[in-house]
Amino acid sequence: MSWSEFPSMSRADLRSLRKSIDESFRNFTQEYGESLERFFDPLLEFLIFSERLLLSTPWPIMIAICAALAFLASRSWKIVVGVILAFTLIGYLGMWQDTMRTLSIITVCTIVAIAIGIPIGIAMARSNKLQALISPILDVMQTMPSFVYLIPVVMLLGIGKVPGLIAVIIYALPPIVRLTNLGIRQVDPDVIEAADAYGCSGWQKLVNIQMPLALPSIFAGVNQTIMMSLSMVVIASMIGVKGLGQPVLKAITNQYFSMGLLNGFAIVAIAIIFDRVSQQYGRRIQQHRQGDHNG
Amino acid sequence: MDKNKQPKIQIVNLSKVFGRSPKKMLQLVQQGMDKNELLTKHRHVLALDNINMELKEHSIEVIMGLSGSGKSTLIRHINRLIAPTAGEVLVDGENVCNMGAGQLRRFRQQKTAMVFQNFALLPHRTVIDNISFGLQIQGKSETQIKRSSYYWLERVGLAGYEKNYPAQLSGGMQQRVGLARALACDADILMMDEAFSALDPLIRSDMQDVLLELQRELKKTIVFITHDLDEALKIGDRIAILNQGQLIQQGSADNILLHPADDYVRRFVADVNRTGVLRARSIMDSQLQTSPDFSNTVVVQEDDTVREVLHSMLSADSYNALVTNQSGKAVGRIDSEMLAAAVNN
Ligand SMILES: Nc1ncnc2c1ncn2[C@@H]1O[C@H](COP(=O)(O)OP(=O)(O)OP(=O)(O)O)[C@@H](O)[C@H]1O
Ligand SMILES: [Mg+2]
Repeated sequence: MSWSEFPSMSRADLRSLRKSIDESFRNFTQEYGESLERFFDPLLEFLIFSERLLLSTPWPIMIAICAALAFLASRSWKIVVGVILAFTLIGYLGMWQDTMRTLSIITVCTIVAIAIGIPIGIAMARSNKLQALISPILDVMQTMPSFVYLIPVVMLLGIGKVPGLIAVIIYALPPIVRLTNLGIRQVDPDVIEAADAYGCSGWQKLVNIQMPLALPSIFAGVNQTIMMSLSMVVIASMIGVKGLGQPVLKAITNQYFSMGLLNGFAIVAIAIIFDRVSQQYGRRIQQHRQGDHNG
Repeated sequence: MDKNKQPKIQIVNLSKVFGRSPKKMLQLVQQGMDKNELLTKHRHVLALDNINMELKEHSIEVIMGLSGSGKSTLIRHINRLIAPTAGEVLVDGENVCNMGAGQLRRFRQQKTAMVFQNFALLPHRTVIDNISFGLQIQGKSETQIKRSSYYWLERVGLAGYEKNYPAQLSGGMQQRVGLARALACDADILMMDEAFSALDPLIRSDMQDVLLELQRELKKTIVFITHDLDEALKIGDRIAILNQGQLIQQGSADNILLHPADDYVRRFVADVNRTGVLRARSIMDSQLQTSPDFSNTVVVQEDDTVREVLHSMLSADSYNALVTNQSGKAVGRIDSEMLAAAVNN
């Protein structure tokens, strides 16, 4: 027997193993695919609604809203000027519509990730067992190549917006779950003890102490979630998500260098804007921690 | 004066073992295993060993002992932040250990308030919102919360700082916030776990004065933990001394200075300046008729400290003092030999 060759399963066995797995999954798809699709209908409507909203808003109003949001969050004129410049340039270079589509899917993805991720993170922070169970799942979600889980998603739901969104969320969800969990666990145990001593219920403790003190960490999670969902737009475009990803994909297959470059830059510009705005906001909400004597 | 005060908190046969199987380990202790053996052989800590004590209403009950003697563990049994391995804690006759979750929360909200060594303020809330924390948890109305928190803000001397965050205040000021937060709850029992230990000596002395002044008016049951004997003697109506999880002695300052229960207590009190602590009452001879000579006698109060008695005698160039009570009745006498014995003991 040669040690350089691993004693693997015979080809026939392997084939039948894969076949049986594939078959049972296919059966599952046939049986539940439709009801699953119906289950995700509200998500689809949400997606369509937000895309239509962004596309139908006149561009000057859209830029004004973005600039206003950026100012409210960051209180920095530099960032506001950056936002206006970036959006004007994007529009001038003919990428307005794709940018709006991408913004729409990122927004929906972030909202869904927050709605799912924060409760999971809270539950994880309250139970060590749950943490031990969920942590490895999050690891898998983050490291598994996206193409692998695209296969079952596409098999179940076909090609379109919803499977694309699900793929993005699977990839972008872990940071917000992790950082919510971490943020709550890092709250000073002395403060928690004080809350107990004053007779707080679990809910009062969560609302009055744990969430506010975990907020900077949760915020870092939201920031990462946005960044990661942006990095997924090209892959999501492979299964039918419209936006800045599609021209990039087209540019790869047809070797349109400048087209790829321009759309790539648009994605980077949005990423930088989101990042700066949310970081500034995060910094602002934890100002009380610095002991500057200015009272 | 202590005689007619009712016990507010009763601690009965209380034991606490930290570790994986505390109940089993406690049995070993009851069969005679000692604390060190339990720790080295079974990796369990015997933090409290069959404590029995009463804490009286309207008084400052000090609990002292060296680091690791179980003070924090003991005080946390009163509001069941720590549950006992065996024994009971009764507050106003009600067993804290039998309370359900909701009942326990209401008990903590209404009957107890706590001040912590490292303040444990809420860093994300302003001073005034920290003070109102307990009231908010109690579910008081907005106007009530506002009225009482501003009242206590003023009482602890922080008026004008209400919009500051804790991190912007000095340690002493932060602990004033901690004290105001506790007092605002209007609970009968105030628990203070080394509340002043993290402060500079001067600030600390200030805070002791603030507490004493407030207590004269509020008459709460204060359980005060410290490892500083001078602090204990200054503010305690009674002092309990813990060592290695056991209650060694509980009594008035005079009682502990004059009759230390064992060598541990004797070492504890060795370096104290007694003259400022001992009262005439505790060193006098109450057999008045044995006094041979009443000529050149000064009159002192039974509550005077030994230092004050000494001062009176020296300034009158006298060797004898007649001790009187508050209504002016003679209750005993002190001569110079008795004074010398009390100081050198
Ligand atoms: N949660 C815990 N788990 C295990 N052991 C503990 C725990 N809490 C306290 N102990 C142990 O119980 C003993 C008493 O601790 P405690 O904190 O009550 O002492 P203390 O008198 O308050 O000391 P200090 O002056 O340092 O605050 C110590 O030996 C400590 O190591
Ligand atoms: Mg302690």
